[in-house]
Amino acid sequence: MVRYAYYPGCSLERNAAAYDESFRLVAEVLGMELVEIPDWNCCGATEYFSLDLLPAYALVARNLALVPEDLDQVVAPCSACYYNLLKTDKNMAAYPKLASAVNESLAAGKLHYTPGRVRSRHALDVILEDFSLEDLAAHVEKPLRGIRLAAYYGCVTVRPMGHDDPEYPIRMERLLKALGATVVEFSLRANCCGGHMTQLDAETAYEMLHYLLRNAAKLDVDALVTACPMCQLNLDAYQGQVNSHFGTDFHIPILYFTQVMGLAFGIDPDALGFGQEIVSAERVLEKFRNPPEEEEKKPRRKRRDKDALPMPEPLSGGGR
Amino acid sequence: MTEETQHTFLDEVTTIPGGERLRTCIQCGTCGGSCPSGPAMDYTPREIFALIMAGERERVLKSNTFWFCVSCYYCTIRCPQEIPITDIMYQLKRLAIKAGYYRASITNFSETFVGQIETYGRSFELGLATAHYLRYHPIESVRMSPLMLGMVTRGRMAFRPKRIRGIRPLRAILRKAKELGGEW
Repeated sequence: MVRYAYYPGCSLERNAAAYDESFRLVAEVLGMELVEIPDWNCCGATEYFSLDLLPAYALVARNLALVPEDLDQVVAPCSACYYNLLKTDKNMAAYPKLASAVNESLAAGKLHYTPGRVRSRHALDVILEDFSLEDLAAHVEKPLRGIRLAAYYGCVTVRPMGHDDPEYPIRMERLLKALGATVVEFSLRANCCGGHMTQLDAETAYEMLHYLLRNAAKLDVDALVTACPMCQLNLDAYQGQVNSHFGTDFHIPILYFTQVMGLAFGIDPDALGFGQEIVSAERVLEKFRNPPEEEEKKPRRKRRDKDALPMPEPLSGGGR
Repeated sequence: MTEETQHTFLDEVTTIPGGERLRTCIQCGTCGGSCPSGPAMDYTPREIFALIMAGERERVLKSNTFWFCVSCYYCTIRCPQEIPITDIMYQLKRLAIKAGYYRASITNFSETFVGQIETYGRSFELGLATAHYLRYHPIESVRMSPLMLGMVTRGRMAFRPKRIRGIRPLRAILRKAKELGGEW
């Protein structure tokens, strides 16, 4: 059994509890032992780095310092947490002056972190790198037959320090395929959900979300599958706001990849946090319980120009 | 002023790791063209860089450009000159706050968030978002109520994060870091 330090992060404590619950269950099936970092603190998200640099690094480094001595890797399911942990470790290693200032700060709390001691990894990367697709498929008890899923990665899972193509990632699609789902390629899979923009300028935030939802709706997906609590929150909780703002009627459930993995592994949907989503995924579960006899084949729409690539519709707001 | 003591706005911006790359900007505009929130910005990233080079400190720091950066890192990975553009946007945020060019409705979100961390050691963005919304967008918050209700009924809402046990040592760490300060 491989042991990993586990950094859930603040989102997974409450608003993304479904991600935490489903990840822990899936990890158990895969034989991963998750050791939660004792008394971990917030990573500061994107906010602390906007205000004060050294405290921002020290805040993140406290978590790395608290990783038990016998563990050399930490897994974070939240993309912002993952990136902050990774960035802090890398920058401390690259800039010794920064490392000594961070450690001088940590010393005030009787802690120390040696850069490079702990490898920070995203939950999606851990699952896709430590297990082969065959390993994962071997755990599938109830294939997601006939369920049309599209992967949505968002930003920092793959950029600027991801393990997949930063523009056109493909690994989550492979995972969904291994689970037996019908994978639909979403060309905007690595576009931005807007992050905290809903708090700063709702109009801009809704434009960004509308762009994603409008293009996802055209694919006739049963759900979008994500690996980030910020993406999930924005696309799920604000979908109604987008609908009332643009007069649209989108109903696209936003699920975590660990939730759909858990379903395929035969875990009870309630235990996986189904029902916590704002845009109900009940229709996904119905299809899961009563899979279609034959996978329905959608007639392919003819492309206007047979040489043209499929392109997303432009932003409704247009350029400047 | 001699060459060595002259401290330009460009120097202030480039102190961060990799920041020196900004001097190599070729004004190609790949950054602005890649920016999902570019249309809402006063100046696109390319324009901001030209203004920085021109020493237009006040125009730059008073603009909304970096506050509208959503940290998606598209510009960073696409920049042919390998300029850490997103990190530069963060640096501009910090310089703007230091210079007192404050945008209450925007900056306060970051400050309240950080305040929550310093009090509890953890954050709860949704409770914070609600408080922030009520304060700065009271009229719109009426339209937000179905969302909030949905989050509450699904158990996804809290107004206060958990407090970590080591909050005192954490505060000591943050206090020390602030005291050391400095540019990185």
